[in-house]
Amino acid sequence: MTQLPGLLPGLLDTEAIRKDFPVLDRQVHEGHKLVYLDNAATSQKPRQVLDALNEYYERHNANVHRGVHVLAEEATALYEGARDKVAAFVNAPSRDEVIFTKNASESLNLVANMLGWADEPYRVDRDTEIVITEMEHHSNIVPWQLLAQRTGAQLKWFGLTDEGRLDLSEIDRVITERTKVVSFTLVSNIMGTVNPVEQIVRRAQEVGALVVVDASQAAPHMVLDVQALQADFVAFTGHKMCGPTGIGVLWGRQELLEDLPPFLGGGEMIETVSMSSSTYAPAPHKFEAGTPPIAQAVGLGAAVDYLTSIGMERIARHEHAITEYAVRRLKEVPDLRIIGPATAEDRGAAISFTLGDIHPHDVGQVLDEQGIAVRVGHHCARPVCLRYGIPATTRASFYLYSTPAEVDALVDGLEHVRNFFG
Amino acid sequence: MKLDSMYQDIILDHYKNPHGKGLRDGDAEVHHVNPTCGDEITLRVRLDGGKVADVSYEGQGCSISQASASVLNELLVGRELDDAVRIQEAFLELMQSKGQAEPDEDVLEDAVAFAGVSKYPARVKCALLSWMAWKDATAKALSEKETA
Repeated sequence: MTQLPGLLPGLLDTEAIRKDFPVLDRQVHEGHKLVYLDNAATSQKPRQVLDALNEYYERHNANVHRGVHVLAEEATALYEGARDKVAAFVNAPSRDEVIFTKNASESLNLVANMLGWADEPYRVDRDTEIVITEMEHHSNIVPWQLLAQRTGAQLKWFGLTDEGRLDLSEIDRVITERTKVVSFTLVSNIMGTVNPVEQIVRRAQEVGALVVVDASQAAPHMVLDVQALQADFVAFTGHKMCGPTGIGVLWGRQELLEDLPPFLGGGEMIETVSMSSSTYAPAPHKFEAGTPPIAQAVGLGAAVDYLTSIGMERIARHEHAITEYAVRRLKEVPDLRIIGPATAEDRGAAISFTLGDIHPHDVGQVLDEQGIAVRVGHHCARPVCLRYGIPATTRASFYLYSTPAEVDALVDGLEHVRNFFG
Repeated sequence: MKLDSMYQDIILDHYKNPHGKGLRDGDAEVHHVNPTCGDEITLRVRLDGGKVADVSYEGQGCSISQASASVLNELLVGRELDDAVRIQEAFLELMQSKGQAEPDEDVLEDAVAFAGVSKYPARVKCALLSWMAWKDATAKALSEKETA
């Protein structure tokens, strides 16, 4: 995909890419071209993924890991093949470290429950601490609150600076010898902030704490290398990266997955079962009780193929260019305040803002009428809104198919919003 | 433009110049939130015999939720409680009508302007926030009077 003349450097050939996404052709509200800027909530799906889902159901559908018939073998090969693809996508040392879940929330709940039921040295109990941050999605807050309440562990967190970054100035007092686990997001879903993983991991390793990284907003947008991150667990979801809903991933280091106890029990996750006790299958199956989301995993595999064929580095460059342009254009809008980093440096392609006193719900409604889809509300990150003293934000978030023209449409749309409520 | 069916002038007027906003003495107070969008309202009800003597409120939210609280204040304060309950029920019915209802202007007055909002499922909760809070606060005020 060559760079088009006269456009921003680093842009992908979105004209070609958009042909892969049927929904982007839609018109809404009587002839308005759809401008889809809600990619941090979920991405659209390319035809390649839709075809993979269809083909799976039309030609191969069967349950996996059982049965000797041809469909069962094909379904198993496709499901396990998707695991291989995901493992390669995140540079996992072993395919057996990739656990399929239904979404990132389930992945994070799974880790929290592994640690809650674990024996020493992993056990989280009343003498230990759990560390998170104020910019987490609720899915990386609530599981840890539950774990803290159930075990008596203390929940601590990093606060935020006025610029929308983690305040790590007291890192040695937040992460201490008592800290058992540090869980944080790689990229903020509400502010777009990219967090300094290395600094946090270094301190966590000093005190022997496990590191959990929520990569839900990273995996779709940048090269994700679990070995380079040096984390112990990495969670993300399929539907934000061109895959279907209902499929998520938890990557975990092999020795941890061997040591830690299962959470959900059921079919697939066992080795032998008697009426009084059971032994468990090795990871990843130990953590995949019941019939898994087979078609969804296959769809995620197709999504990984699709993203890889374009290249995650090029996608990241494209989004950086779009984000840079969007930040610049949004700053031209009177009364607009960006919540989060004010430049495109170390930030992802989600931009939250307020527009004077106009409530985000009203902003979103008037934008929608012009065909522009944004997210409004607290984005499942209410503590961030509390931190900045705002009830909610409007969020525009971009992806590999987003164009500068769509940024322009947003800016024009906001002008219309201001006139409407002015 | 279709949006005008939601953002009627009456609604925008109430949004810009809300009636009875601010917290005053009451017999009961409730705090309601709309978890999907973060709209919040604190609402107090004061009853005087069988009458709604005052409804006071403070909150933050979109134009629909704020205007709705203002209309509620205008419509219910000074009414017999039985009438107020009937109006609340009529408003609830209108908001659940998905744009199909023909609202009775004699009962709902300015609140008929919200008929357009009922076509937008994501916004119905905004319009109902203060009304559900009022219902809750009134029940609380009545039960406290009973026990007193």
